[in-house]
Amino acid sequence: MEILEFTENFASQFNETGSVKINPESKFRDIEEWSSFHALSIIAMVDEIYKVKLTGDDIRKSSTISDLFEIIKSKIK
Amino acid sequence: MNYNPYNLINKTIFITGASSGIGKAIAFECSKMGAKLLITGRDKERLADTYSHLEGSGHLMFAADLSVENELKNLAERLPVIDGFINSAGIYRLIPFQFINREEIKKIFEINFTAPVTLCQGLVKLKKIKEGSSIVFISSIAGNMISAIGASVYSASKGAINGMIKGMALDLANYKIRVNSIIPGMIETNLTSEKLTAEQIQNDIKRYPLKRYGKPEEVAYAAIFLLSDASKWITGTNLLIDGGFTLL
Repeated sequence: MEILEFTENFASQFNETGSVKINPESKFRDIEEWSSFHALSIIAMVDEIYKVKLTGDDIRKSSTISDLFEIIKSKIK
Repeated sequence: MNYNPYNLINKTIFITGASSGIGKAIAFECSKMGAKLLITGRDKERLADTYSHLEGSGHLMFAADLSVENELKNLAERLPVIDGFINSAGIYRLIPFQFINREEIKKIFEINFTAPVTLCQGLVKLKKIKEGSSIVFISSIAGNMISAIGASVYSASKGAINGMIKGMALDLANYKIRVNSIIPGMIETNLTSEKLTAEQIQNDIKRYPLKRYGKPEEVAYAAIFLLSDASKWITGTNLLIDGGFTLL
């Protein structure tokens, strides 16, 4: 699993991310569209693509996409 | 004074999903009202725990996984004749619409709709549901009045129950069997999703005019009403218990 690929999969859950380009260090709560629906979409995307079960708390304690990436990596091992 | 139109004395009540949550609470409360209980659930240990806490005597437990056709058939054959059937077995899964798939739909419908309906049909066919009995499905406000984010398939399965109880109520009126559902708002059980954070749940609670989620026993009281002779002229309806949630 590569962080850039994960970042792309993350970004594809949004319609548009405005002028802010999403990168691994992006704080995802700053994305204008961000909502509880997107949190659920990220959980479902990670389950579908990476076969990892994230919890609402995993999202809550992450701030950047790379934080989330580390949690997923730790759950794959 | 012993007057109590809600008592369940001399009634044999069959409850699915009795090993946890709402089903467990219904089993406790019905036993306190004098019913003889037949309880079923998937988890043997937790089912035995429910069983050990029932008041009165003569109760029976049957561990079974109702999503397995043979286990369902076998259970229908082993059950004695009943006066009431509470279907409380169910699953709640949150998945955004764009991620749903056939497998997910099949699984949720199997547990929330197909299994309980087939079990009910089997019992009717085997003449195990007495004339004058009451059948109650624990459904939801989701799919009947509202939905929630990520709950499209769950809502659909509960909406399907609404259509089914109306048709069943008509057909089974020929046998004086009543069929109703209870549609609760969110109830404090383990059936909430770990995909949600404590903060999201706190915010959701604030949306209820009565400022809390319901308690399992509050659904049980409604179930007792629908099982008792006090509701003898009620069939094909959805009893709403939601702390005022759908008023807003």
